[in-house]
Amino acid sequence: MSESMISTLHGMLTEKKISCKELTQTYIDAAQRDNEKLNAYVTITPEAALETAEKVDKKIAAGEEIGLLEGIPMTLKDNISTENIRTTCCSKILEDYVPIYDATVWQILKKQNAVLLGKTNMDEFAMGSSCETSYFGGAKNPHNIGHVAGGSSGGVASAVGGNIAVYGLGSDTGGSIRQPASFCGIVGLKPTYGAVSRYGLIAYASSFDQIGPITTSVEDTAMVFDAVSEYDPMDSTSQGRKGAPVCDTLKNDIKGMKIGIAREYLDGIREDVKQAVLQAADVYKSLGAEIVYFDLPALKYALPVYYILACAEASSNLGRYDGIRYGYKAENYFDVNDMIKKTRSTGFGEEVKKRILLGTYVLSSGYYDAYYKKAQNLRGTIVNAFKNAFKVCDVILAPTVPMTAFENGSAVSDPVETYLTDICTVPVNIAGLPGVSVPCGYNSKGMPIGMQLIGDTFCEAKILNAAWQYENTANIYRAADFGVKL
Amino acid sequence: MKYELVAGFETHVELATNTKIFCSCTTQFGGEPNTHCCPICIGLPGTLPKLNKKVVEYAIRAGLATNCEIAEISKMDRKNYCYPDLPKAYQISQFDMPLCNHGYIELSNGRKIRILRIHIEEDAGKLVHSRGSTMVDYNRGGVPLIEIVSEPDIRSVEEAREYVEKLQLIMRYIGVSDCKMQEGSMRCDVNISVRPVGSEKLGTRTEIKNMNSINFIAKAMEYEFNRQVDLIESGEKVIQETLRYDDVTNTTSGMRGKEDANDYRYFRDPDLVTINVPKERVEEIAASLPELPAQKLERYVEELELPEKDAQLLVKYRKVAEYFEKAIEGTKTPKTAANFIIGQIFRTVENEDEKEKFNINVSAESLNELIKLIDSGKIRMNLAKSTLDKMLETGKKPSELISDSDMGGLDENALLDLCKKAVEANPNAVADYKNGKEKAIKAIVGFVMKNSRGKADAVAAEEKIRALING
Repeated sequence: MSESMISTLHGMLTEKKISCKELTQTYIDAAQRDNEKLNAYVTITPEAALETAEKVDKKIAAGEEIGLLEGIPMTLKDNISTENIRTTCCSKILEDYVPIYDATVWQILKKQNAVLLGKTNMDEFAMGSSCETSYFGGAKNPHNIGHVAGGSSGGVASAVGGNIAVYGLGSDTGGSIRQPASFCGIVGLKPTYGAVSRYGLIAYASSFDQIGPITTSVEDTAMVFDAVSEYDPMDSTSQGRKGAPVCDTLKNDIKGMKIGIAREYLDGIREDVKQAVLQAADVYKSLGAEIVYFDLPALKYALPVYYILACAEASSNLGRYDGIRYGYKAENYFDVNDMIKKTRSTGFGEEVKKRILLGTYVLSSGYYDAYYKKAQNLRGTIVNAFKNAFKVCDVILAPTVPMTAFENGSAVSDPVETYLTDICTVPVNIAGLPGVSVPCGYNSKGMPIGMQLIGDTFCEAKILNAAWQYENTANIYRAADFGVKL
Repeated sequence: MKYELVAGFETHVELATNTKIFCSCTTQFGGEPNTHCCPICIGLPGTLPKLNKKVVEYAIRAGLATNCEIAEISKMDRKNYCYPDLPKAYQISQFDMPLCNHGYIELSNGRKIRILRIHIEEDAGKLVHSRGSTMVDYNRGGVPLIEIVSEPDIRSVEEAREYVEKLQLIMRYIGVSDCKMQEGSMRCDVNISVRPVGSEKLGTRTEIKNMNSINFIAKAMEYEFNRQVDLIESGEKVIQETLRYDDVTNTTSGMRGKEDANDYRYFRDPDLVTINVPKERVEEIAASLPELPAQKLERYVEELELPEKDAQLLVKYRKVAEYFEKAIEGTKTPKTAANFIIGQIFRTVENEDEKEKFNINVSAESLNELIKLIDSGKIRMNLAKSTLDKMLETGKKPSELISDSDMGGLDENALLDLCKKAVEANPNAVADYKNGKEKAIKAIVGFVMKNSRGKADAVAAEEKIRALING
């Protein structure tokens, strides 16, 4: 049974079994020790963390009530802006960039005295599926450091899966929360587009990006989601959570819930993963849910639509890194154009440059209609296909990734094959839907397998309810042999 | 062969909102470099734009005042290009769904210059060159602009001048911009081509960029017209290109060359949501528009019976028109107020800029008081004129300058007495008049005026004097 770590630690703090400072120090020590193997953190901030911990201890000592997330050690992916703490996107071009403002999600958590242990590793500008495009090298899988943690939020998943952070916030553009959560055997939620503010999240593809929690249990995910899903006037696309806190309905009965399985989601899936997902369907049946099979042919467009549109937006979003105002600047140049060229040529990694080029190409006059416009139209087709799917089921059950965590280096050596592994995660981003990855088994080598529950827009409560029921029946979670052991 | 000029304008107008288009920084002109900036308008990573509602409102005002249709649904797009003054490497603008479409401005010759579209966008920063290095000032970055795109309907330099002046005037009337060309709050790109008179086909056009004075626009257009005609006459071709106008040499020259074929890779800005403008909102804004210059001119001529020339002078400056209207409240003769303003008052206002501000020593209320004194016959025009001069000098009200004894004209008897005295006191003038020197009578009337301290009615006095001399 995977308990809520947050609740457990909250109880220990309020019952004064441990001080917040001790708790924080324990996590800092473990993070500093295990990071050598996991490479989860790119920046660790012990002083700031202990300072917050002291504040929390004072409140507890004064008999004040503390919030659920208060004093809980956590981390943020390194594309979420943090004032006075460098935010690199794991790129050479932002290696020394220190934001002068906080992202909205961090403002929210900071106010609640969340203890930020540091910033975690990621694929450069969130472009990648293995965390290996990071300028600082990839984060490793806590279940086997010969494998990647996944990407792009590999650092958060590695830290949370490796117990050197209680929870973390990642970002998900095409699967970047769910895929590493799946690889590391933990829970990751990509909320509905607009449920969580993007203000301060360094953009990869603005119409896909969404911040969400990575935790060891569904309940923790629900708590963190409830905390950060506020409407934010600073983000025009923000709407906040709709309806009651998802925690309110988390443990509800799911008798009669219709769990849909789209046949296309099972095509080309590795057998062990497929079997684990189908076994999960059996668990749902045993809980009184109804399994509904249906077709979702529009899924075949998902990958090209995603890569065209996401790269197009990225090519524009990343235009600002020119060396003029902040970040890395090339040293020798003739004039301003030469400076910008050299800065970008040497400041960005190969994957980022590839996507900028691809995005620039599909937006260019003469190609716009054939690529960008067509992809936009197909995006509409996919949105509608999901709308229709939710007429026959409440949530969709699917694999998160067609396989388990790659071995180190294999994603980089076969990039196109790696793009294809996003097949199960990108549809959710294309349609702006919520999706949560939950561990549902292990393969013969002990590597975690994840399944995905997808809901209609703003139906986080439903998918988390289904996820919690499964988690607490199937009892899949196994703590990796790293980090803090309570 | 005779040639005809064909021109269209792309006019950028800075909107006078207090804050920028996507953040809450001030839009004030000037300021130490990079002090009117925030993470959003310098495009720091992770920041997001938030559309200022006032900008949409102002653009709709501009659209309505130029007879445009207002789009119920529009959106913002990204125009991607790389330049150091553009901190995001894209300008947020509107590409294929502008806020306003299909309007026009009517010229005094009755021709309508069609307006294709008006869209909203953000301004860029500014490069500052100093001592061999170049720096960027982002204060202007994110200041809201509207771009008003006309059809190629302009056929002469005079029409171009009037078009720009009319645009300027309308924008000032509706309060959306001060349109100061010298400060860059109004800038024009002129598209210009020539064709044989009678031809329907458009010639190859060139674009003169960033013109910031109406006189330069006129000179540049003349130069460019002649240049293109010369090219064609000598059998050469006009090349489609972007030009810069040099006001020192009064010539145009090419700006960019091959980079001209910029591909801006427009696409919808995913950070901003659809702009919905319900019909009711448009009606609300329309109802809040003030009387526009064209309507005002018509009313001044038709209802107030001002000569068209006078009316034009008053309408030309929004503040002057407002002043005039206050000054004539409750008075009988608008013409009197118009004469005072165009004559004595304008003489104290040195240039266009000051007329625009119209900060003068005499309040509209004071002028109104003065005119009412004339209307009621309490003072004569001469006294009114000299009083106005004193008012302009001292800023005092008429009641502070005219004593009670000055009030009221002379009655019939007093005037007759004074005329008799005048005839007696000026025997030489009387003799001259009798000898046929018609003008000599003016001296006698002058005596009356002087001794009545301006209170006498000069016309009546002259009649009486004639009668006295002629017996």
